[in-house]
This record gives sequence, C-alpha cells and structure tokens, in this order.
Amino acid sequence: MSDHEYTPSSKFGKWFNDRLPLLTLGKHLTDYPTPKNLNYWWTFGGILTFCLITQIVTGLILAMHYVAHADLAFGSVEHIMRNVNYGWLIRYVHANGASMFFLAVYIHIFRSLYYGSYKSPREIIWILGMIIYILMMAAAFMGYVLPWGQMSFWGATVITNLFSAIPLVGESIVTWLWGGYSVDNPTLTRFFSLHYLIPFLILGLVVLHIWALHVPGNNNPIGIDLKKPSKDTVPFHPYIVIKDLFALLIFLIVFAFFVFYSPNILGHADNYIEANPMVTPAHIVPEWYLLPFYAILRSVPDKLLGVIAMFGALFILVILPWLDTSKTRSAIFRPLYKQFYWFLVADVLILGYVGAMPAEGIYLLVARVATAYYFAHFLIILPILSRKEKVLDVPLSITEPVLGGAVSASAVRQKKDKL
Amino acid sequence: MKKFVIIFFFLIISNLISISSFSAEKAAKPMNPGWSFKGFFGTFDRASLQRGYQVYTEVCASCHSMKHLSYRNLSQPGGPEFSKEQVKIIASQFEVRDGPNDDGEMFDRPARPSDNFVSPYANDKEATAANGGAYPPDMSVLVKARKGGADYIYSLLLGYEEPPEGISLDDGVYYNKYMAGNKIKMSNPLSEGIVEYADGTKASEEQMAKDVTTFLSWAAEPHLEERHKIGFRAIVYLIIITILVYFSMKKIWSRVESEV
Repeated sequence: MSDHEYTPSSKFGKWFNDRLPLLTLGKHLTDYPTPKNLNYWWTFGGILTFCLITQIVTGLILAMHYVAHADLAFGSVEHIMRNVNYGWLIRYVHANGASMFFLAVYIHIFRSLYYGSYKSPREIIWILGMIIYILMMAAAFMGYVLPWGQMSFWGATVITNLFSAIPLVGESIVTWLWGGYSVDNPTLTRFFSLHYLIPFLILGLVVLHIWALHVPGNNNPIGIDLKKPSKDTVPFHPYIVIKDLFALLIFLIVFAFFVFYSPNILGHADNYIEANPMVTPAHIVPEWYLLPFYAILRSVPDKLLGVIAMFGALFILVILPWLDTSKTRSAIFRPLYKQFYWFLVADVLILGYVGAMPAEGIYLLVARVATAYYFAHFLIILPILSRKEKVLDVPLSITEPVLGGAVSASAVRQKKDKL
Repeated sequence: MKKFVIIFFFLIISNLISISSFSAEKAAKPMNPGWSFKGFFGTFDRASLQRGYQVYTEVCASCHSMKHLSYRNLSQPGGPEFSKEQVKIIASQFEVRDGPNDDGEMFDRPARPSDNFVSPYANDKEATAANGGAYPPDMSVLVKARKGGADYIYSLLLGYEEPPEGISLDDGVYYNKYMAGNKIKMSNPLSEGIVEYADGTKASEEQMAKDVTTFLSWAAEPHLEERHKIGFRAIVYLIIITILVYFSMKKIWSRVESEV
C-alpha cells in the first residue's frame, strides 16, 4: 500500500521494519498527499473515528458495571448514575455520543452526496461506509434497549416484530430472535452481547474504509482527479492533522453542551420508566436518527411492503454509484443536481419530522409524498440527470480556481476527453 | 454552505420540537415557578432540599417508593447535605428486613445510612392493590421520567380542581388539569399546614410543591451540581485550546498558498 520506499534511520528501526513494516505504514500515513482545498465538511471522517473510539472506551467501562438481566438492568443503570465514580459522566457521554456519532455520520454522508465522493473510483469506499452505517444503526438500536426502560422494551418489540412480515417463516424468525414468545430476558442478554460485538466489526470496517480511501486518495470540493503529490496536495501531517483537530475541538464543544447541560434532551422521558410489558406507551418513537426510516416504514399501508420500503431506502444508497452515472463529481459544476440535492436534504428532514409524529391525517399524507420523492430522487431523477444535465466547465487543477485564472476552452475539452 | 449548517440545526431542533410537542389531550401547559438548579451555574437550594425531603418522607413516602436512593445520599455533597449524624438518625427511624443470621433466620433491624430507602409496600402488586388499582410510581427518577420534568411535577401537585360541568368522575378518581386526560387516581396530597417545617417556613401548598419538586429533581439527578461545575470548566478549557489550535493551524497553513 505504500508508493514510496522508506528506510528507518535507526538500526533497530530498520531491523523491525524489515520484519513488520509498521514504520513504513506510519510514514505513508503522515506523508499521505491530501488535496489542499478540502473544506471543513471533510473533517468529519476524523471526527467519526473519534466518536467510535469514544463509544468503545465509554462502553467498555459501562459494561463493567451494567447487569444484562431483565430484573436488574434498569437498577444497574441507576447504580452507574449514582454510585459509580463519574458513572453519570461516562453514561451521558456514551448516550449523547451515539447521537453525536449519527449527527457526524449524516454530515459525512451528505458531504459525499454533494461532492460525488461515491463515484468511480471510490465505489468500494462508499459501500463499506454504507455497511458501517447499517451496523451503526443496529448497534444504536440494541444499545437503546439495554437500559430496559419503556422505550427500550417497546422499541425492541416494534422493530423485532418487523421480521414477522416475512411470509411463512416470519413468526418463527421473530420467536427465534426473541429467544421466547415476547421480548424478555433472553432478548436483552443477546442484544447486550451483539451490542458489544458490533463496534469492533465497525472498527475493522473503518480500517478497510480508510485503506480503500488511501488507494485513489481523497475526493475534493471541485471533484477532479489530482496528480499526487503535487502543488495541489499537502502532506496529511501536519496540515490535515491540525485542521481535523481544530474541527474536532469545535465539535467537542457542541458535544460538551449536550453532555453537561442537556444530557437527556435527545432521549425520551419514558425511558426513565422501567420496562413494563403490561403498559404500552402512548407513542412509540425511535431515537431521532432513525426517524426518517421509521416514517418510510409507516407510510406504506402493507406491513411487508413497508419493511421492504424501509430496507430498500438503505439498499438504494448502496447501489447509488450505479444510479448516478454523471462523470462530473462535484455538485458545484452540476447546477440541476445541486437543486435536487437540496430537495433531497429537505425531503429527509421532512421524513424525520413526520417520523416523530403520529401516523395519521396530514402527517401520514406528508410521509407518503416524502417517501415517494425519496425513491424518485434515486430511481428517476438521478439517472435522468446523469444523461441530460448540462454540466459547467470543470477546472483542470485546484490551483486554477484559487488563482482565479480563466479556464481555456481547449483545456476543458481535453479534460473531458480524458474523463 | 451556510444553508447546510442551518438545515442540520433545523434537523435537530425540528425533532426536539416534534418530540416535545406531544402534549396529551387537554392537559394544561405546566407552570414554571423558577428553579435555582436550571442554567449553567444552577445549584440546588439546600434549605429547599431539606424541606422537600421532609415533605417527601411525611407525605409522599406513605405510597411512593424511592428505591434507588440510599440514606447516605442525603449527606452527600450537592444534595440536601444533612450531617452524617442526622442521616444516621433519619435512617434509624426505618426498619429493614435483614438476614439470614447465623441461626438461619431473617430479622428486622433499624436501617443504616448504607441501606436503600425503605419502600412503603413489599412489592408493586401490593402497592397497586392498596391504591385502587393504580401503581404509585417509584420516585427515584420521576422528574426525568415525565415530559416537562420539574415544571410538570410542580404543576400537577397544584393542579387539582373541581371537575368542569359534564365530566363525571368515578370513585377514587380526581380531576387535575395538568394530568394527561385530566383524570388522576392520586388524591390531592398537599394541603396547607400538612407538614410543619423545622426551619419555620410557612408550609403553603405552593411552598411544599416547590420544595418537594426540588427534592425530587435532586433525587433524579444527584450529581447535577457536579455536572454543571465540571461542564463549565470543560467548555472553558475546550474554548481556550480551540483558540490555540486555531492559531497553530493558521501558522502551519501559511506555508501553503491555500485558505484554511
């Protein structure tokens, strides 16, 4: 994976590096040529790595004190909040950390959509990212079950019941998932086990995600291929490291506001009521980051089709590189795509909003229109845009737009031929 | 790009609003009497916490448990801060079942500061049966378990009214304008002078409601003061280091012809 030879200066370093080229890897990571025009939307990769590590470390400590048992789980969380040294801090960081993780991942995904980072040659990076995203949702959902409050219990009941929509074997699958005939202690213990496992799967996929990124290198705001290293790139260290650090610190300030001053605002009050199978909450609402998908699920009248639509909404993202085939990556040079991009952002926000509302009346109607638009964006608008859209002239290098030099028509034509 | 930021903030805010705008039918908007523990430097009013404990233990505790708290919590910093001696006396007024002893028998003994609050009923079923079929919820995290938090609890305690025309109530059901559906199975727990405050404060209904809600807020969030204190320091520290990193970044990036 290294495109340069590296010889450590010390004798021991050389001896070690010949046997395990960790120093070569380190050199590759520090020298890694990065486009110098990356904006702050590109700092969320680093922020997400930080989020993952934070969740793993805080989760590790919580697991030392948490008891995965239907009768004891709720009390053990209160034990953490009251008696464990700084347990309240660790739990609030973990709980709000999940929300911050999703906030960052949504920005990361929408950045990729805006600048066409999913396009050739970066399809594998994108697909790995989508798998990470799906695993994140699984981990977050199971994590939300662990405190064994009312929303934990009923959220788990609703989501696991989705599988009963599968024809013929659905009911058996749900019984198998639950380990019984309702959500109960066996469900809790297996969710705990899987909740502990998934972050490490994500960590492994993150390594692959970064590895796949380091093959073609970063995309950039103007979405052109760069010569590397060149005047258009800077070494990762110290330029990108310090910039990522700065962005991370800003992010941490927001994070700290949530943890210290409104730690429960993103949660649901009902989850401080211990799970009770005999009492159903008035409104069962998932965590905010799952609401758009929840809206899609509920907007379809048929259960099986609703489940298919919900998973379809995710799957459609996986195959996105083959739906949007426009050679121009960045929305900066795609005036129509840029419009539709913002429509999609609005559409997803609307879906999130109606997902939190009762599925009736005007909310249901809006959810249906927004769901239809979501699919239309990917299945109709993008393929048509890819063929019909008149794109603007793309500059040849990063230095060009920075210096404000006019792009010569022949140079652009050359560039397009190359693409 | 600004649009981007605005929209993502809208995402969070819209969801917050949507979640909090589920007010149950006909329930009135809770009152806010002004809490000392809100805001960046919010701390509990120590005297109010001690009075609130008195209201809890003399009124609420006859039906409501508070099983996640221990008597020792009453002397912890950031709480009512009774002295250790006072807590020993408070605890010793309750009986707990312990054992088995060396003869294999269970026995009753006075509670110690390390014991959890003694519950008024042996189990949830007994509590439900003794209260006309409505389980009196455990109060350990009650303030966090209700939308509207302290405002809601305070309002509910003061929200008992004669039912309006046309609403008939069954036996053991009361009208409360802050309760979802306006029907509550708890009778009005507070009446003027139901407790006699040790510090001489006049035990009006509003005073008792405010004191006991303050106490319940502390019970739900016993480390709130510490959280506010650490949070302020953490954020100041983060802001300072962010500024330092910003200038380091500017310096480093001045070597290349690019904005950062």
